[in-house]
Amino acid sequence: MKTLQLAWRSLRNRRTTALLTISAIAVSVALLLGVEKMRSAAREGFSNTVSGVDLIVGARSGQLNLLLYAVFRVGDATANVSWESYQKIARHPDVSWTIPISLGDSHRGFRVMGTTPDYFRHYRFAGDREMRFASGKPFADLYDAVIGADVAAQLGYQVGSAIVIAHGLGNVSFAEHEDKPFTVVGVLERTGTPIDRTVHVGLQAITAIHIDWQSGMQALPGARVSAEQARALDLTPQSITAFMVGMESKVMTFTMQRAINEYRQEPLLAIIPGVALTQMWNLVGIADTALMIVAAFVVLAGLLGMLTAILTSLNERRREMAILRSVGAGPRHVFTLLVTEAGLLASAGVAAGIALCYGLIFAAQPVLERRFGIFLDPGGLRSYDLAILGTIILAAILMGALPAWRAYRNTLSDGLTIRV
Amino acid sequence: MSDLSPENAAIAAENLSFAWPGKPPVIDIERFYVERGERVFLRGPSGSGKSTLLGLVGGVLTPSRGRIHLLGTDLTALSAAGRDRFRGDHLGFIFQMFNLIPYLGVLENVLLPAQFSSARALRIPGGDLAAEGCRLLAALGLGGDDYLSRPVTELSIGQQQRVAAARALLGRPEIIVADEPTSALDHDARGDFLQLLMAECRTQGASLLFVSHDTSLGAMFDRVVSLADINRVALGSTRAAVNA
Repeated sequence: MKTLQLAWRSLRNRRTTALLTISAIAVSVALLLGVEKMRSAAREGFSNTVSGVDLIVGARSGQLNLLLYAVFRVGDATANVSWESYQKIARHPDVSWTIPISLGDSHRGFRVMGTTPDYFRHYRFAGDREMRFASGKPFADLYDAVIGADVAAQLGYQVGSAIVIAHGLGNVSFAEHEDKPFTVVGVLERTGTPIDRTVHVGLQAITAIHIDWQSGMQALPGARVSAEQARALDLTPQSITAFMVGMESKVMTFTMQRAINEYRQEPLLAIIPGVALTQMWNLVGIADTALMIVAAFVVLAGLLGMLTAILTSLNERRREMAILRSVGAGPRHVFTLLVTEAGLLASAGVAAGIALCYGLIFAAQPVLERRFGIFLDPGGLRSYDLAILGTIILAAILMGALPAWRAYRNTLSDGLTIRV
Repeated sequence: MSDLSPENAAIAAENLSFAWPGKPPVIDIERFYVERGERVFLRGPSGSGKSTLLGLVGGVLTPSRGRIHLLGTDLTALSAAGRDRFRGDHLGFIFQMFNLIPYLGVLENVLLPAQFSSARALRIPGGDLAAEGCRLLAALGLGGDDYLSRPVTELSIGQQQRVAAARALLGRPEIIVADEPTSALDHDARGDFLQLLMAECRTQGASLLFVSHDTSLGAMFDRVVSLADINRVALGSTRAAVNA
């Protein structure tokens, strides 16, 4: 206790150096903690993209490719799934529900996804959260659309807005389905997932807008089918891009996956989203591991600064040590005193770093969420964070042993001689 | 003096010699005693082995040969940590200057020994450390609260030496060792300081080993010893070694 008090008073006496040292440690700790928070936010956001779905089925390609286009709306499907195969699997007694997905069109850079109202009922993200409507309702009419939060915010749409879907995926498209405009009937609440950047329409709508198209071109004016005429036609699609499956019992998931992968009529691929997400994260996660390593080195630099500050102070403190010895302090006391100082500096630095990190998160959160759709949950310090912070303090104490050892040696050689 | 044995003397050094490794001895004393309650003036110019002797008395150095007893305890038989504890419990030191820990207040500096030695804390009447610290400061001419609140670095050198003396005396250690405590003071302050220090040593019954090269002060002591006379390592040869 007395050592702690002495160390504290001694540091207070050198408060400029001490504060600078603490600041350096605080900034480095804030960086490390911030990177770790971003990292876990990214990882969570990533694995939170889809849940409640047992299998994702598409034409046979790669696991990651299927995951990318079906869930993240990135890239393209190389082939489609025939309607017959889809129906066959959807009607299997072990299958509880399916969500068909039809992709390929866009609206001003946002992907358009054809699906059924089941999508809003069964799709889950971030554990068990379901999609909720900020306004409006699911699509019911053929030319209804439901848009994600980002689409609404960036394009200024609301319920009642009319939109025209472009053919293909380009940001600027020359071929538009302007003869069959859609009406926004629902705006979804923000999810922090690719849903926010998607325009959802009915599966039949996708068929309807392409009904008079052939090889990427609309038919000549005489052969065109108007929006109203299309309503009378059979709009059952020939094929879909992919579909999601919910099983009656999770136990059957693997059996069904194998059955689909071995399906003879058509080359299909079924993936388990969780497994594919983990595999993909291992790929994407390398970047933030690198960031974490950089942050760790910054912390090391902060601690080396502390070491320098303590070592520099040693010479001018030799008489302080001699006085302490004269009143009964042993070299071991002196050693403990300096190690305690290092511990105090590091602890203060870590505490200030935590405060700084949380301050920054609270300040930056609105911007991050609005501009990048990253929801940085300040949260508490998790055990992993605490382990990191504990390691930093421990490392500081270990490093403090170096000046402490020097002081120990000085104390032995100086004895009671006061050197100035 | 002849009935003095190592057991009942305050300081008893016999056949005491010390040399740094691989160097010739700097101290070689056949016999040096300080009685309990005795005030001894030790005249020792620089280079006479004074610091080494004080290091041996303080237990931060161990003799190469011979024994040194303090209050009947053989220092050479104690461990390094044991000697540190013994020093904290039974000795009070006053140095030439820079006696105070700059970041502690006046009273905190005075009470420092009680932090390291519970024996000294326990010897304080009523256990009221602050009251005892103030009493000592007042006895040494630093009465009044205005000293207590000042940073020690703002005190004059004379005042600093008094604070150091109060610290050395706190908790009634049996032996006070003063190493040139007056050399930074002017003539008048020197006399005052010494009078107060000796009066307080008498009150507490402490032995005082006062080291100085200023012989004019010697008359106030029970006994004057010249280190050059008791240290068999000739002063001349030490000088020669230093100058070589």
